[in-house]
Amino acid sequence: MHSERASWGLRLAAWGGLVFLHFPILIIFLYAFNTEDAAFSFPPKGFTLKWFSVAFARQDVLDAIGLSLQIACLATLIAMILGTLAAAALYRRDFFGKEGISLMLILPIALPGIVTGLALLAAFKSLGIEPGVLTIVIGHATFCVVIVYNNVIARLRRTSHSLIEASMDLGADGWQTFRYIILPNLGSALLAGGMLAFALSFDEIIVTTFTAGHERTLPLWLLNQLSRPRDVPVTNVVAMLVMLVTMLPILGAYYLTRGGEGVAGSGK
Amino acid sequence: MTIAVQFTQVSRQFGEVKAVDRVSIDIQEGEFFSMLGPSGSGKTTCLRLIAGFEQPSAGSIRIHGAEAVGLAPYQRDVNTVFQDYALFPHMNVLDNIAYGLKVKGVGKTERRARAEEALGMVALGGYGARKPVQLSGGQRQRVALARALVNRPRVLLLDEPLGALDLKLREQMQSELKKLQRQLGITFIFVTHDQSEALSMSDRVAVFNKGRIEQVDTPRNLYMRPATSFVAEFVGTSNVLRGGLALELGGSERPLSIRPEHTRLAGSEALGGDEVEISGLLHDIQYQGAATRYEIRLDNGQNFCVSQANTQWGEGAALRSTGQRVTARWARAAMVALHDIAPGADA
Amino acid sequence: MQLALDTRTAAVGGPLRRLSSLLYRKPNLYLSLLLVPPLLWFGAIYLGSLLALLWQGFYTFDDFTMAVTPELTLANLGALFQPANYDIILRTLGMAVAVSLAAGLLAFPIAYYMARYTRGKTKAFFYIAVMLPMWASYIVKAYAWTLLLAKGGVAQWFVDHLGLAPLLQLVLGIPGIGGSTLSTSHLGRFLVFVYIWLPFMILPIQASLERLPPNLLQASADLGARPAQTFRQVILPLSIPGIAAGSIFTFSLTLGDFIVPQLVGPPGYFIGSMVYAQQGAIGNLPMAAAFTLVPIVLIAIYLSIVKRLGAFDAL
Repeated sequence: MHSERASWGLRLAAWGGLVFLHFPILIIFLYAFNTEDAAFSFPPKGFTLKWFSVAFARQDVLDAIGLSLQIACLATLIAMILGTLAAAALYRRDFFGKEGISLMLILPIALPGIVTGLALLAAFKSLGIEPGVLTIVIGHATFCVVIVYNNVIARLRRTSHSLIEASMDLGADGWQTFRYIILPNLGSALLAGGMLAFALSFDEIIVTTFTAGHERTLPLWLLNQLSRPRDVPVTNVVAMLVMLVTMLPILGAYYLTRGGEGVAGSGK
Repeated sequence: MTIAVQFTQVSRQFGEVKAVDRVSIDIQEGEFFSMLGPSGSGKTTCLRLIAGFEQPSAGSIRIHGAEAVGLAPYQRDVNTVFQDYALFPHMNVLDNIAYGLKVKGVGKTERRARAEEALGMVALGGYGARKPVQLSGGQRQRVALARALVNRPRVLLLDEPLGALDLKLREQMQSELKKLQRQLGITFIFVTHDQSEALSMSDRVAVFNKGRIEQVDTPRNLYMRPATSFVAEFVGTSNVLRGGLALELGGSERPLSIRPEHTRLAGSEALGGDEVEISGLLHDIQYQGAATRYEIRLDNGQNFCVSQANTQWGEGAALRSTGQRVTARWARAAMVALHDIAPGADA
Repeated sequence: MQLALDTRTAAVGGPLRRLSSLLYRKPNLYLSLLLVPPLLWFGAIYLGSLLALLWQGFYTFDDFTMAVTPELTLANLGALFQPANYDIILRTLGMAVAVSLAAGLLAFPIAYYMARYTRGKTKAFFYIAVMLPMWASYIVKAYAWTLLLAKGGVAQWFVDHLGLAPLLQLVLGIPGIGGSTLSTSHLGRFLVFVYIWLPFMILPIQASLERLPPNLLQASADLGARPAQTFRQVILPLSIPGIAAGSIFTFSLTLGDFIVPQLVGPPGYFIGSMVYAQQGAIGNLPMAAAFTLVPIVLIAIYLSIVKRLGAFDAL
């Protein structure tokens, strides 16, 4: 069915769609190097690297970057542990409530962010917990679990169960089997899930708005800049940075999990 | 002779399904023992019960005299060659083979030497650095074998290991496996659904049907003296005569089995005193090279099959055509009385 | 043989081995050990929070003292049906439907081309080219559009150079769609929404088209259908689960958003911005909680509709 060629209209629509998807991203990269102070004009008058040094000299920018990295790392760590445990529990055995558990894992990203955000805020308030780094991490970890879970369970399903049986048969106990067989086979999927969770957490703004209190993550810093467009060039540089931090893990995760058609460990 | 594996009234239930139903077997040490049966007959479950991947719902399993129920696979001196080989994709061939030694804490030099030795034993010397994906099906099969044997188990379990190979390779591996088993003196327990494979390789065969064992016997007895109509029809082909026919032809209350190759189409010669015959309409002739099969429809509607060796040169054999009325004849002594297990009855 | 046995006994008896033997014998214990941490987290933190939210929706907010008291009332739920709030709900719902339709129309050709006319490296390229903008920072994408649509920005430059300015003025003049400038118009807001959620529509459609067996199309052609007929009679019906699955994302994500309405488009609350304003500036957490019920109910209704279209099989 691939022998025929697509019509011009279809090709134009498809490639035009890709251009539409990438044009705004290119604009961000372009404006980060813009020489002007008020960088709304197009086309740019010239290019410079000076806004990078300006941006990295600003304490508020550095603080926001540091906070976002710290939160993303903690949330990713929690998500990787909980997501892997859930995947290991749910991938093979059938038991009562299994469907309910997998639905519960998806709920935080299936429901609008305002629901999750406000729910967490309501709970923290009624428990008297002051919003801060801890509450942001809790929120992020909650919706990142499903990302890790999906990656890990997909890999577990593709890994032939007889590998685990073979390992035990050859004398390895549960722990040795986990260390020598499951973990190496899971490694790239776990890493990919972790990278995606990191990207998701680093960029999240809607839930964070409710749980941040006085803390200012990088996306919140950006949002704040937008309502007060004082220093556009610095905003542009930070925007490009955030774009890169969220896009690079996607490429990494793609290369780690591609080519997974066959079932690993099946000889035929 | 000591008993390597002993099943006593072993059952394994999955929900409502009885995969294995009150099975008792004694497998002798050093024996090449096959478990034969159609898919879903419980043979693979029995193998998995020995390996420890499943636990029985009832009954006792002893391995070399010691109760094995409740023991994890890694607590049993038994190794398995898997149907899909289950080679670890992230390890090279040598690491795959050395894995069992590694997890038991054998030192690096020794496990390397033993893995190389095992690799040589399956004629794959020099392939140690390859990854499983770089091997052909037959080579993976040999690696799986070496990986199990390097642990020097007293019992080796083989779960349809030749199923994925093509015919030529399969025949070659059959004779190699048999040779290896004699050479090592290890008990082999071999699961297969291929009756000719089971007959040609085994010392004894257990025939499984619906979670029960129909017969445990030597290949020769299994073929010549089938115990039940299931065995008679599953191992080779057989004409099973029931009811009035059995009574009339063999004076037997029980069903009788007669192999097609033990019968012939009668010519004009007279019926011998130790012979019986039956007639019907010839409705199909299949020329099979070494033999010709004649399908006869008996007067009661049952099909009856005659197989005659094509021993004569040229066109010497009388040519038959379908639609003719023919008579099949055989020696009374060639008939075997069957003891069918009524469904659900105790053995 | 002796050596193998010795090493085996040496390995036995470590605490880890004893633990794994125990867990092997008791698979239910093993399962519960795996499940307890995620269940505790989700049960206590997440479900607990949702319940707290629901509960708060029935608390009383005093407009004068600006204080919340734990007296249960249905007033917040009733307030949702006031005309002003009703407008907010309709505005948001209308936008979510419009965005889903437009995203479907734009996504289909891309997904169709990906599934039918690309393979190998080109397919991988398209896949990454859709994945990247999907995962790229949401807030930065929204920011990029404020740059694009701003006065003297890229959009205006293109409109001027292509001589489309009169046309743009005409479109912006249409009530309900237009506005004074592109960045303060409904049209601008709609564009940004469509842009941000488009990849979420492309991938499910592509996946459903990818599953179409090629011989189905050959069979249709063989039976005498022209390409357009094959498309209408075979391809389109079979891709509906994918479109429905994609629309779950575009619909639900638009419904809950409050950043884009804040950055682009005319003033006027969306459900999300109303929730944000109620809990933040006004401090009326009970009303905010009641408002979050709206998207939940709307999404539940929407899910029950698309479930009949087979959307869950295509997720």
